[in-house]
Amino acid sequence: MIGYVLRRLAVAVIVVIGIAIFTFLLLHWLQPSPVYAVLGPKAQPAAVAVWNRQHGYDRSELAQMISYLGKLAHLNFGYSYKLDQSVGALFNENAGRSAYLTGAALVLSLIVAMPLGIWQAVKRNSVGDYAATTLNFVLYSMPSFFLGLILIQIFALDLNIFPPTVSDSITTAGQAFTHPLQLTLPILTLAGINIASFSRYMRSSALDNLAQDYIRLARAKGLSERAVLFRHLLRNACLPMITLTGLSIPTLLAGNLLIEVLFNFPGLGLLFYNALGNSDYNILLAYTVLGGVLTVLGNLAADVAVTVADPRVRLA
Amino acid sequence: MPDSTRPLADIQPGLAGTVSVPPTAPEGGDVHVTASGWKLALREFLDNRLAVVGFAVIVFFVLFCFVGPLVYHTNQSLTNPLITDLHPGGAHPLGTDENGFDELGRIMKGGQTALEIGFFSAFIATVVGTLYGAISGLAGGIVDGIMMRILDVFLSIPLLFIVLVLATKYHSTVLDESAIIGAYTWLIPARLVRGEVLTLRVRDFVSAARVMGSGRGRLVYRHLIPNALSVVIVNITFQVADAIIILAFLGFLGFGLQYPATSWGDMLGNAQQYVSSGYWWLVYPVGGCLVAVVLAANLIGDALRDALDVRIRRR
Repeated sequence: MIGYVLRRLAVAVIVVIGIAIFTFLLLHWLQPSPVYAVLGPKAQPAAVAVWNRQHGYDRSELAQMISYLGKLAHLNFGYSYKLDQSVGALFNENAGRSAYLTGAALVLSLIVAMPLGIWQAVKRNSVGDYAATTLNFVLYSMPSFFLGLILIQIFALDLNIFPPTVSDSITTAGQAFTHPLQLTLPILTLAGINIASFSRYMRSSALDNLAQDYIRLARAKGLSERAVLFRHLLRNACLPMITLTGLSIPTLLAGNLLIEVLFNFPGLGLLFYNALGNSDYNILLAYTVLGGVLTVLGNLAADVAVTVADPRVRLA
Repeated sequence: MPDSTRPLADIQPGLAGTVSVPPTAPEGGDVHVTASGWKLALREFLDNRLAVVGFAVIVFFVLFCFVGPLVYHTNQSLTNPLITDLHPGGAHPLGTDENGFDELGRIMKGGQTALEIGFFSAFIATVVGTLYGAISGLAGGIVDGIMMRILDVFLSIPLLFIVLVLATKYHSTVLDESAIIGAYTWLIPARLVRGEVLTLRVRDFVSAARVMGSGRGRLVYRHLIPNALSVVIVNITFQVADAIIILAFLGFLGFGLQYPATSWGDMLGNAQQYVSSGYWWLVYPVGGCLVAVVLAANLIGDALRDALDVRIRRR
């Protein structure tokens, strides 16, 4: 087990280095230096040359890439010239808020999707199942920000329960707990899209398990339906959700970005979005690498968690 | 070779003349010519009512967007400041937008580009991904190993980020948007086709064909491609659906087509400012169209998967 994890981590490190190299080359191909974002688009060529020399952008691409990878190995993500702060400090400031938004949405969607999927499987082909499936399909086919707009229309503008955007006074993740109304709509929006895809998997997983012999045995020995569902079915039917959650990280990061922009919630997604407009590319580079690391770790964690949860799965 | 079309009476001559065997329902099940796999798949697909509805929705929107403007003439090139943000009614059934463009005509125009980008990026992703996956799967060995590690790297990057980075420079034409979305989505068919080729190569019917003396070309064209094709076809429909959603993300984040060109993605992306000002006709009609097309494509994809996967086919 430990050997397996170490081997996977070694592969993960190689993949992360690949991600860093690819992203670096892509950004340099699109724009060789952030100088025009710093000095303005009409900067004098002499000033551009001086700035590039000062900040090392006059070196060859290979030299720049090696020095970037070296810094990355020491967790130095570089400097945001536009915001005049180190990228590491900006991430420290924003990561907690993004993690809270995404984490709360993920937990909420699991809490809703798992019972919903099992209920749909038990009541399969009933009116309720069809209604839930239809709703899931529509949500699944909807861009997340459009769901957010609909929720804003209903709950913020028509019913006036929640604010339409997150107020600027929320500056720490802790304040999100003390002002729950502020973050309800962003969390609901992000969770809504996830529930749609999670409960589809949950329903089909529960259907597969309901046809298994162990369920028939549990019923045959006279267990109540409640015991059959909660003690026997639930655990087995939830196994695919572990993998699904681990694999959902890229989707969550993308959703996080869109929802933060829509609700003007200051987190990593909004930071990345603003960096796109400012060509602030140390931020772009660092967040893409961070996203890659999270994705790789998510896959690894899911594989390990499945072996822990399901004794039938053996690590190769 | 036994001829399966021969009447049962010929095979059992003792029965001929004495007992009449109903030709439609012989003992032991049907013995008529088995329809080809594609015909069976078509029948299975047509039995799925949701899929037929999905198909009808796509056909409707293609006609609506491409033929509609020939019937319903609107001015979509010159702004008219006198008629901005009009409520629906009268000469403008869906009102007008902030530049004085007729919204219904705008939805037709935006739908053209949205469908073009959806299908074209799916085409790019499918061609690139299928080639990559097929080469990797057929080559095997170290080539396969290297190509798959490269794919792992790409798959580990949350690719919306890469699309957005690319979109900062390339987003103003239909071709640009199709290309950057295709750059996001080709990974999935690549992985699917490679997996399919790997499993097909060792399947019994391929070994049987090889034993019967099939050449390499015949194996690839008559056995591997038709079988891997079903996976690709199913994937295309999901590609179209995903591309239209990503297009909406790009529009929302401000990386839309060059004005005055527009797409449903751009129109829906602008919706944020209209929700708060109460101009519902600039939000929900275009949003409904976009969700309807994506939903229809997803329904067709699901049905095609059921129809083309012989293992879960009912017949």
